[in-house]
Amino acid sequence: MLGQGFVSAAAIAASVLFVLSLGGLSNQEKAKRAVWYGIVGMALAVVFTALGPGIGAYWLMLPMIIAGSVIGWRVAKRVAMTEMPQLVAALHSFVGLAAVFVAWSADLERRRVLAVRATEGVTEEFSAFAALVATKAPDELTFLQLEVVFAIFIGAVTFTGSVIAFGKLAGKVDGKPKQLPGGHLLNAVAAGLCLLLAIAYVAGAGFWTLLILAALSFFIGYHLIMGIGGADMPVVVSMLNSYSGWAAAAIGFTLSNDLLIVTGALVGSSGAILSYIMCKAMNRDFLSVILGGFGGTSGPAAEIEGEQVAIDAGGVAAALNNADSVVIVPGYGMAVAQAQNAVSELTRKLRAAGKEVRFAIHPVAGRLPGHMNVLLAEAKVPYDIVLEMDEINDDFPNTDVAIVIGSNDIVNPAAQEDPNSPIAGMPVLEVWRSRVVFVCKRGQGTGYSGIENPLFFKENTRMLYGDARDSIDTLIPLIE
Amino acid sequence: MHVKIGAPKETFAGEARVALTPESASHIQKLGHECLIESGAGLAAGFNDDAYRDAGVTVVDNAEALWRDAEVVIKVREPSETEADLLHEGQTLISFFWPAQQEALLERCRATGASVIAMDMVPRISRAQKMDALSSMANIAGYRAVIEAGNNFGRFFTGQVTAAGKVPPAKVLVIGAGVAGLAAIGTATSLGAVVRAFDVRPEVAEQIESMGAEFLFLDFEDSADGSESGGYAKPSSPEFREKQLALFREQAPEVDIVITTALIPGQPAPKLWLEDMVAAMKPGSVIVDLAAEKGGNCDLTQPDERVVSDNGVVVVGYTDFPSRMATQASLLYATNVRHMLTDLTPEKDGAIVHDMEDDVIRGATVTHQGEVTFPPPPPKVKAIAAAKPKPKEKAPTPEEKKAAELATFKAQTKRQLTLLGAGGALMLLLGQIAPASFMQHLIVFVLACFVGFQVIWNVSHSLHTPLMAVTNAISGIIILGAVLQIGSGNWVVVVLAAISVLIATINIVGGFLVTRRMLAMFQKS
Repeated sequence: MLGQGFVSAAAIAASVLFVLSLGGLSNQEKAKRAVWYGIVGMALAVVFTALGPGIGAYWLMLPMIIAGSVIGWRVAKRVAMTEMPQLVAALHSFVGLAAVFVAWSADLERRRVLAVRATEGVTEEFSAFAALVATKAPDELTFLQLEVVFAIFIGAVTFTGSVIAFGKLAGKVDGKPKQLPGGHLLNAVAAGLCLLLAIAYVAGAGFWTLLILAALSFFIGYHLIMGIGGADMPVVVSMLNSYSGWAAAAIGFTLSNDLLIVTGALVGSSGAILSYIMCKAMNRDFLSVILGGFGGTSGPAAEIEGEQVAIDAGGVAAALNNADSVVIVPGYGMAVAQAQNAVSELTRKLRAAGKEVRFAIHPVAGRLPGHMNVLLAEAKVPYDIVLEMDEINDDFPNTDVAIVIGSNDIVNPAAQEDPNSPIAGMPVLEVWRSRVVFVCKRGQGTGYSGIENPLFFKENTRMLYGDARDSIDTLIPLIE
Repeated sequence: MHVKIGAPKETFAGEARVALTPESASHIQKLGHECLIESGAGLAAGFNDDAYRDAGVTVVDNAEALWRDAEVVIKVREPSETEADLLHEGQTLISFFWPAQQEALLERCRATGASVIAMDMVPRISRAQKMDALSSMANIAGYRAVIEAGNNFGRFFTGQVTAAGKVPPAKVLVIGAGVAGLAAIGTATSLGAVVRAFDVRPEVAEQIESMGAEFLFLDFEDSADGSESGGYAKPSSPEFREKQLALFREQAPEVDIVITTALIPGQPAPKLWLEDMVAAMKPGSVIVDLAAEKGGNCDLTQPDERVVSDNGVVVVGYTDFPSRMATQASLLYATNVRHMLTDLTPEKDGAIVHDMEDDVIRGATVTHQGEVTFPPPPPKVKAIAAAKPKPKEKAPTPEEKKAAELATFKAQTKRQLTLLGAGGALMLLLGQIAPASFMQHLIVFVLACFVGFQVIWNVSHSLHTPLMAVTNAISGIIILGAVLQIGSGNWVVVVLAAISVLIATINIVGGFLVTRRMLAMFQKS
């Protein structure tokens, strides 16, 4: 058994390591070291806390940790990089659920402590936490109750929200925004009921209040995320990431554990900043994303004149063989078709032929912030030819061929040209300024957001219909 | 049901093109039509009668028979008077027509009761591009103009340094950057010449530069905006013209080859290259005037002639550039006509539907059912979305910049102070009711948030997914809560805590491993 001093020292070390771990992600090379900081920090925190004073039931804890490690290890090994968004969403839900459980337990322990106090009984059977509770003054216990309410609320919303986000990303739940009749009014009513229950609970009502509170919060999480369309998922995932952090921080308050508070706050603020960056990239208000659907438009969208001109792989190959500079704009469609390896092969061949090939990544391409970067990295596309929107947008007029693979809204000129478009004002990749644009797309339909894309009708745009991977695969042998 | 589509031999002297090629015929047959061709019609363009027969086209011996049998006659040039008289009621003629200049011919055709679709009247909208024969022909003219210029020019286009001496590159000036002008720019650049180009429409500067030429910029307030007139140029004001001529006068001694393509719809070609400019040019220079048919942009131009000025400048005024490349021109023109027929056969069942509601068909039809339908009403859609004039951004003076910076600084200070004040007041209130231990934790919490905000801003965009996976993994720190509770005497707590330990561990291990996997993949080229 280690003393409290050891535990505190480990907590300080772990906090510092976590900060270094996040800060280290500023570039690719440092990042590889940074993740080790995080792992060591986590190991220190868990081991020293587990060996700290007043911890028992190792017979249960150890098997659980081992089982969890095995499951986690297998999941991490197996998951395909294209499934990364749903994996992250699924893992968020675990944190949310754990927060709810821990908060419930905290209240049960509080009740036990109060009961023991009332009967002047022995305190030996207390867990480390209960022993801590036993030292608390009455006003501290009232605050503990408030913290429990917070933890349950945020944890529960995170849990169901993440489950729905997982379902939408994995294609198990329809990606279109859906709400029960009543819409946000239902959410507001549920939130109001939660507040009433919280007041009743603090005033001394039984444990049942917390159960109902959790149930209502589960509903809010479910309903909130159901109402958000698939195209907004990058924001949703980073927002849930933030929530899982705040839930951990709330638990930290409940347990008077500074390490939990620090870590939760780090995660929470990181998710909040990511959400902010995503929203800015879509020129959307954070609130309007969370409240679901695209904001109201001020008039009918401009009619699109012209027609989509199809082309076959041979035509694309001919243009590529003549081109000097090529820019590839990948989107979610590339992830869906698992086309990243084919794209990488194409890139390798074009580069071997002495052509300048670059990738243009929009901040919200894919379903997760940085999604495309990860996929391209998996396919061994060198990261120094993968550029951000701001770095490459001015280069399009000097580009011979732009290839759009499975992206839609992020290359939609309506954002700049049509003030009535739902995405008006959103920064987009100006691919249409290149000499020729090839759009690799499954069919003539609109994209995830359901907005018509005038790019497809432009004079210098040619449509290469078909599954992205098949199309690129047929293209590769035609490149000289 | 078969509609017979027939192409007669062109009667205009020197015209080598033909409106039907074996290739276009096979496409037209797929629409359910039957194709006829006058014997020898394609010979000058390189298609003999056998090639047509192989494509399933019926070869007709003489023009009279063809005009009698064909329900739709497709031609290149406008019909001669004799041909116009061969038209009969219910027949459709598709050809170039120039209705604005050919009023008498138009009336003659109307009187026959036939419908006439003028290929030169196809509106310039995106949907109709595939039938835009003017552009196809202009493209050829632009290319051929450079070839003709090269033919008459005694030097290389490319600059070369050889053992036998240094050759300077040819300097080419292209006036008017329509389709022909742009094609000329492209051809001249690819031959290695130094190309400059001018156009009265400043919005084409981008296109000129994209073809590899330098845009000669004329600084003039009231520049013409071609987007209102369907992408064509408009006559310019006298002041503008003066400035323009001054610019050309400056260029004249420098350039070796001038290609002029300036045309204004329905008007004689503007005179842009005056006698004194020709006189200022070096001997051996070449001027190719693509506007010769409409009088020419150059003072010395004689239509259909090659003339040499007193100082040895060659002025080429041919008007039949497309016909000089008859095979290519026929292939493109026949495709344009074929697309027009496709639009006229919406069901692909061999039935011609002359839909006067359709913008394109309506615009191109000049006589229909005994009525003159020219000029057409304006199309429902504008040719090119009117380019919004880009307001020139004035560079702010240093004082303005300073003032602006000061203002933002002040605004920021004000905002930060307000936030700090509000936050401070809130903390003060909270401190009144909250226990001391809570406030201590709150200090830690707020500081951690701050650290988080500062650190995360530096994370590179491409690492956002790993960031999310890492933060996800470390949010598994919630396991500590469960560890602290698992030793409880209450079995419910033990069960809840055990489950929490399990799922938090999955989260931690899964999150970190996945992050490592992702990061391992990032590599430099």
